[in-house]
Amino acid sequence: MSSTVISHGAAHHDAHDHHQETFLTKYIFSQDHKMIAKQFLITGIVMAVFAMVLSILFRIQLAWPDTDFPILEVFLGKWAEGGRMKPEFFLSLVTIHGTMMVFFVLTAGLSGTFSNLLIPYQLGARDMASPLMNMLSYWFFFTACVIMVASFFVESGPASAGWTIYPPLSSVPTSIPGSGLGMTLWLISMTLFIASQVLGGVNYISTVLNMRTKGMDLWKMPLTIWAFFLTAIVGLLSFPVLVSAVVLLFFDRSVGTSFYLSDLVVQGEILPNEGGSPILFQHLFWFLGHPEVYIVVMPALGLTSEIISTNSRKPIFGYHAMVYSLVGITVLSFIVWGHHMFVTGMNPFLGGVFMITTLIIAVPSAVKAFNYIATLWRGNIRFTPAMMFAIGMVSFFVSGGLTGLYLGNAALDINLHDTYFVVAHFHLVMGSASIFGMLAGVYHWYPKMFGRMMDTRLGYLHFWLTFLGAYLVFFPMHFMGIDGVPRRYYTFTAFPFMDKWISVNLLITWAAIVAGLAQVAFLWNFFASIWKGKKATQNPWNSNTLEWTTPVEHIHGNWPGEIPTVYRWPYDYSKPGHDTDFIPQTVPFSETMSSNLPHDFEGNEEAIRIQEEWNKANNREVTEGEG
Amino acid sequence: MKFKINNRFRAVLGCLLAVGLLFSTPSFAFQQDSLAQDTAVSAASDTVEEGQADTAATAATAEGGEATAATTTSKSSSSSSSSASVLDEGPQIDPQVYKNMTYYILLFLILCTVVAVVGKVLSIYELTRKMNGRYNPFANNTFQSILLVIFLVAFLGFVYYGYVVWGDWAWRSAVTEHGERIDTMFIVTTVIITVVLVLVHILLFTFPYIYRMRKGTKAYYYPHNDTIEKIWTIVPAIVLTVLVLFGFFTWRSITNVPEELQKSAIQVEVLGEQFQWQVRYPGADGVIGKRNYKLTTPMNSYGIDFNDKHAWDDIQASDIVIPVNKSVRFHIISKDIIHSFYIPDFRVQINAVPGMTNYFQFTPTMTTEDMREKMDDPKYDFIMLCNKICGSGHYNMQKKVIVVTEEEYKEWLSTQNKYFTEDLQKEFAAANAEVSKELTTASLN
Repeated sequence: MSSTVISHGAAHHDAHDHHQETFLTKYIFSQDHKMIAKQFLITGIVMAVFAMVLSILFRIQLAWPDTDFPILEVFLGKWAEGGRMKPEFFLSLVTIHGTMMVFFVLTAGLSGTFSNLLIPYQLGARDMASPLMNMLSYWFFFTACVIMVASFFVESGPASAGWTIYPPLSSVPTSIPGSGLGMTLWLISMTLFIASQVLGGVNYISTVLNMRTKGMDLWKMPLTIWAFFLTAIVGLLSFPVLVSAVVLLFFDRSVGTSFYLSDLVVQGEILPNEGGSPILFQHLFWFLGHPEVYIVVMPALGLTSEIISTNSRKPIFGYHAMVYSLVGITVLSFIVWGHHMFVTGMNPFLGGVFMITTLIIAVPSAVKAFNYIATLWRGNIRFTPAMMFAIGMVSFFVSGGLTGLYLGNAALDINLHDTYFVVAHFHLVMGSASIFGMLAGVYHWYPKMFGRMMDTRLGYLHFWLTFLGAYLVFFPMHFMGIDGVPRRYYTFTAFPFMDKWISVNLLITWAAIVAGLAQVAFLWNFFASIWKGKKATQNPWNSNTLEWTTPVEHIHGNWPGEIPTVYRWPYDYSKPGHDTDFIPQTVPFSETMSSNLPHDFEGNEEAIRIQEEWNKANNREVTEGEG
Repeated sequence: MKFKINNRFRAVLGCLLAVGLLFSTPSFAFQQDSLAQDTAVSAASDTVEEGQADTAATAATAEGGEATAATTTSKSSSSSSSSASVLDEGPQIDPQVYKNMTYYILLFLILCTVVAVVGKVLSIYELTRKMNGRYNPFANNTFQSILLVIFLVAFLGFVYYGYVVWGDWAWRSAVTEHGERIDTMFIVTTVIITVVLVLVHILLFTFPYIYRMRKGTKAYYYPHNDTIEKIWTIVPAIVLTVLVLFGFFTWRSITNVPEELQKSAIQVEVLGEQFQWQVRYPGADGVIGKRNYKLTTPMNSYGIDFNDKHAWDDIQASDIVIPVNKSVRFHIISKDIIHSFYIPDFRVQINAVPGMTNYFQFTPTMTTEDMREKMDDPKYDFIMLCNKICGSGHYNMQKKVIVVTEEEYKEWLSTQNKYFTEDLQKEFAAANAEVSKELTTASLN
């Protein structure tokens, strides 16, 4: 399949284009990577809004635990009788908020959207290796979303054991109502979602490995592609483990096995299960769960690299170091999962080992942060909304990542485990940072997706409100955690020592509400611009990568004629000696004699000789240091 | 550009009008409130006035407004029918509730209108600048970079405020031996990360200002520098190595208690269940009796196995009371699902997992009395709370921890009840008699 697509000549391809597309094949069961990317994105946005509304609901409960909000009863019915939310429903809200944000928004919405959009575009491929699998990937994901939302309409309520669904809470329906049918739906939804991820991941990996255009060797790929490629590998290796965890949990719940259950007396009833261990589930879950946070953050880092470089008009600093640090994160992400389990009763020596690997993973992350700053240094920075979000992403990545040094340290984790400190940490480093990476990507590639520009003013408004909101929401939570306030508490009124945090809770909730309303600016901007936005030019950001060499109007197969050939790396911005401040990857060195550096020729002696002759003839001097 | 803004403006106006119309819809007549109506009407008239500036758009506004109004009306009628069904089955919801909600939505829409108007004013300003030939295409670029610098100052101030005010609220020194070591490490880590956080943010937000795009500026082509990259790989690696070693040995010293110290410590067993904790002291023999969850009965809800004679003197306590400066070894178990035994002041946490026993051994260094004096709060108590999601009562699953002097401890211990109550003894004796009877009949047969 792949080879036939690649060998499509121009003439053949034009002919191919004329077949009739119905509404159904174009917009619904599309096999075109661009349309699938848009489907992922819009579904992701819908899920994000849904999950955000859930978070506002539980924030309201936390800020005003003693106030009735009768309007809640209008929307939530029996879950908020008399306008006061029930504790079980509060737990459902945090559970589904977490699940949707982590899996549906930041995994599928982020990596699904941009991997689908950019892998073929930036590699010079006509489409994905398997468009059919790509379509299936989306529809599995969509079904998973529908089932997850549907669990709100179940009598006993949606899953409520936390997004980590630790058994026995998640496996014994008498322990919490949400562990009834709601939990079953959660498991089914998640299984479908994993199928979607595996289909997508196989596709991304095979496309990156097999369908790069002529000249696009691995070291000429943009960092976005490296990030998507490595993310897909992580996903492919870790998601199936979650399937095993989910299937065993399903057996425990529905068939009566005891993989995770033993010695239980729930609500006075002695359960027959014997011999299992809840810790087993935690190992299986976190074997996915930890790589998952890198699945979430790596694509955001990739997008940010591209956007920072493009808008600084400067090559990304330390391209090779950036790739190696991504590879390092990929490898290390599989051997750190135990840091979620320091206090679960796992062998303490093993905890110590996991602590060492965890802190090692901070090194490649630090390298990335420093390289971003070095890219900004002496740049010529253009503040598009995308660039603002990219800078915000780096800020979140740093401030959230640093607190990982506490949590990764087993001794310090004793006191911080499962407190608001953890909530603050991961919402900054993987929540906010990844969302900002995703939004940066949306603002940056919107012209490529929809052929129109988004409104910049609304973009800035959206950025500033969200940026300030996110810090106001998550920064104070660190201190609550240090004080020992546990997460997933329905109200803080039961403990005298938490009284002092009421004012902070109010601040957080108001900040969350304002930041939530600010998303209306984005939604308006996003959806209105699809029809009303200013028409985009072919290369609005003066970018080097291949997607900007395609026509604005989407066509099947991406390029009207031959697929482009690549001659150089994607970061030739502001190269001295060239008349414009960017040189697209498709420009051969023979056309840029005035700016070529010896390093560019990778030891090709013939080319170096020609260049030297040209230099002599044109009195051009090249300083070695710049290579 | 102009056309687009008009459209946006028109749609916002349309929404406002639609909400205005909503108030005059018959199905909602019973909720009318003069105040809200006034607001709606005045808001609508305000916006119409603004709209008149652009006469061409007004007609379109009315059109858009009607279209939206139609949809809203249909929505409102459906919602009114659903509220009617609520009336039938459940408690009535005060109409004021809907009114307030509509009021807030209206307020938000007015805010949106203001934002749209400001946006429009800005673009008119930009257009006039362009017409006068005084438009600076980099003005916004500079503006955003200045905002980033302002943000930097605000951010650093916010971090400072957080450390000083919230940090002060949050920080209480540990009152256990190992907790003091954890605190030292916590402070060392805090110093390191604060320095990095501040430095990185200063660079991250001043570079954009210094190197913002202006007329005639050009970036410096600087793709890599291996030396500097090596430096900022190795320096974090060294710092992390120090932290890792520091942390590793502290962790080992906390979790890896030598066997003789384990035995010489005071043993206390804590059992978590939805949504309470039970505490068991070993009694005079110093050994906690066996527990078997299968023996759980309403009378013996702990599931203690009284065939084990060590269990006979086990003591039931309503609070966790421990002597100061004595090593205490806690055995943490769970009856149903996972809970977590967490005492923030002691820097102690370990999960209670069904089917296995977890241990945490520590030495408190301050009595509750001393702590109250130190905190200047006569009601202060050490609290053990559940820190693993466990269901609807999770937020209120606590146990008081009282640290007392050794004499007080002994005195307190002598006044506590045993698990093996008289009722249980009778039950146990009866059961035993039955068993022995069975045995004798069996042997007779």
